[in-house]
Amino acid sequence: MKNLMFKSARALAVVAGLAVAGPALAAGDGPHVEKQPWSFAGPFGQFDKAQLQRGFQVYQEVCSACHGLSYVAFRNLAEEGGPGFSVDEVKALAAEYSIEDGPDNEGEMFERDGKPFDKFPSPFPNEQAARASNNGALPPDLSLIAKARAATRGFPWFVLDVATQYQENGPDYLYGLLTGYHEAPEGVEVPEGQYYNPGFIAGHTLAMAPPLSDELVEYSDGSPMTVDQYARDVSAFLMWTAEPHLESRKRIGFGVMAFLILFASLLYFTKRKIWRDVDH
Amino acid sequence: MAGHSTYEPQNAGAKWLERRLPVLSLVHGSFVAFPTPKNLNYWWTFGGIAFFVLVVQLITGIVLVMHYTPNDALAFASVEHIMRDVNYGWLMRYLHSNGASMFFFAVYIHIFRGMYYGSYKEPREIAWILGVLLFFLMVLTAFMGYVLPWGQMSLWGATVITSLFSAVPVVGEAITTWLWGGFAVGNPTLNRFFSLHYLLPFVILGVVMLHIWAFHVAGNNNPVGVDPKSDKDTVPFHPYYTLKDLFAIVVFMILFSWFVFYLPNYLGHADNYIPANPMVTPAHIVPEWFLLPFYAILRAITFDIGPIPSKLGGVIAMGGAIAILFVLPWLDTSKVRSANYRPVYRFFFWLFFFTTIMLGWLGSKPAEQPYIAWIQFFTVLYFAHFLIVLPVLGLIETPRKVPDSINDAVLGKSSDAA
Repeated sequence: MKNLMFKSARALAVVAGLAVAGPALAAGDGPHVEKQPWSFAGPFGQFDKAQLQRGFQVYQEVCSACHGLSYVAFRNLAEEGGPGFSVDEVKALAAEYSIEDGPDNEGEMFERDGKPFDKFPSPFPNEQAARASNNGALPPDLSLIAKARAATRGFPWFVLDVATQYQENGPDYLYGLLTGYHEAPEGVEVPEGQYYNPGFIAGHTLAMAPPLSDELVEYSDGSPMTVDQYARDVSAFLMWTAEPHLESRKRIGFGVMAFLILFASLLYFTKRKIWRDVDH
Repeated sequence: MAGHSTYEPQNAGAKWLERRLPVLSLVHGSFVAFPTPKNLNYWWTFGGIAFFVLVVQLITGIVLVMHYTPNDALAFASVEHIMRDVNYGWLMRYLHSNGASMFFFAVYIHIFRGMYYGSYKEPREIAWILGVLLFFLMVLTAFMGYVLPWGQMSLWGATVITSLFSAVPVVGEAITTWLWGGFAVGNPTLNRFFSLHYLLPFVILGVVMLHIWAFHVAGNNNPVGVDPKSDKDTVPFHPYYTLKDLFAIVVFMILFSWFVFYLPNYLGHADNYIPANPMVTPAHIVPEWFLLPFYAILRAITFDIGPIPSKLGGVIAMGGAIAILFVLPWLDTSKVRSANYRPVYRFFFWLFFFTTIMLGWLGSKPAEQPYIAWIQFFTVLYFAHFLIVLPVLGLIETPRKVPDSINDAVLGKSSDAA
């Protein structure tokens, strides 16, 4: 009786699981996102400083024309766990920017050279100006974009992701989007001012023109100057802007884990000793 | 709580205090000498684990408030300030946001343990009711806490849930406006949610004390489900269960750290890293994972029932899904506590467990077919468990022979203690 019921419960579980999961998988909410190898993935992952510097270069020369980075300060570029620019490099970089400050003693706003403590100035003064220059579309701020975009993983991946510590869906998505532009297939209507890209999270077309092309950004370290490499580098850079303390988080995490596992084993043997003379 | 104490104050200071406020003997009687069934398994450690997480939430929450700004124009940026510029701010915030999930995870196991072993039955009904009240307070607190970062899911989650009150006939719209402090979720809503989110955890702490007091009157239930009959059935809480609970808490901390340090955003929604924007509605508005089963039940009622419109019906079903837990002690008609001796109940227990898992998964799916049909199917199973299975089963099921005492069960004197 008992066995039969357990078997039927299990059978019911499997059937229901398949019946629900089947259409969900077939429907596939959002784009299919390919996993990419990232230096910062996994429990010991760290950023590749050279890659972050290249990614910053791509942001500065390409993306920053339309996209802000308003939660990131120039000084962050010289902080530990980041691209590893020197303090002097950051001072020089900041000074290239003009920042509105004030009011001064006469009550006037004024422009001055940027300082390391300034945040990256946004390319447009407000949302309306940004939309007016971009065909009505709003280029989002990129500070947090690598954590603010995640395509649905679906069953069973979202369960396995816990074990594999997969937390790179943001940069994977960004890479897929930046490399995903191509000719629309037969029969797909692309509206005026839109571009076909099946990697986009909300529909197959978006208002951003393909931003990258081969040889667009001049790398000085000999890395390939391809769309693929640019997309990788800028996605990694944006992971850093979204999660600037990723390196210390993982480093501290390892210490915490090692301590807890040791402590738990000691407690286990202590507990065993205390309970030794009790039948339970 | 007291009454079990053999506490004799040793030094002059303790004697002085004991004559005036016998708090030391109260603690001694409740957490040192307290006679505890010696056969509690690891499922019994989740109460202590939940309490540990509550303390973590209180400490990290108080630190976060030192840097957070509850204003609709500043909240999102202040959270980013915590994440970027406050020393170990990222750690405090990730502990707190993942701590909410860990709290619910521990409490759900705690609740299912109570259901499996019949811990809600006579004479522990009040402890159970206080526990359900705690769960309800946790839901409120977690919901309001999720609003505070003022991301897209904060704003729109708050909008969806508070709008439910508009389903109340006649005064619904007025109630909603009153809750919002305006005509939409905005700065007044954020401020009052912040105030209540700070208040409720301390209310929870108080109710936790009552909860412990209530089950200390009858003593812990145990896997066999028979009350201790002699000293042979129990051990003092300290050092036996202090050590066992501590070990379990440290193991739980490993799981907790796994999320905090390696998957800090896994349990959150990406859209909450987009600043709240009342002009843009997210494609799918979903609550945090621990509220998904109730969110699914909310969406199960897609049809009007007589004079009750579907929206109100959904709200009633969702409220009923929690409310029905309050009367569980009287819905279960069986006198046998532990499912170990109730083979048929055990089957239905696991079916119920599966039902809640499926409702949780379906709650994350868009409101379209075939999900809606499955939600309706599992919602019927959810309520049938309480309203049909439990009342009827107690009358028709033949339980296996229950051991005479805990000691007998432990020594294997009963037929076959599972």
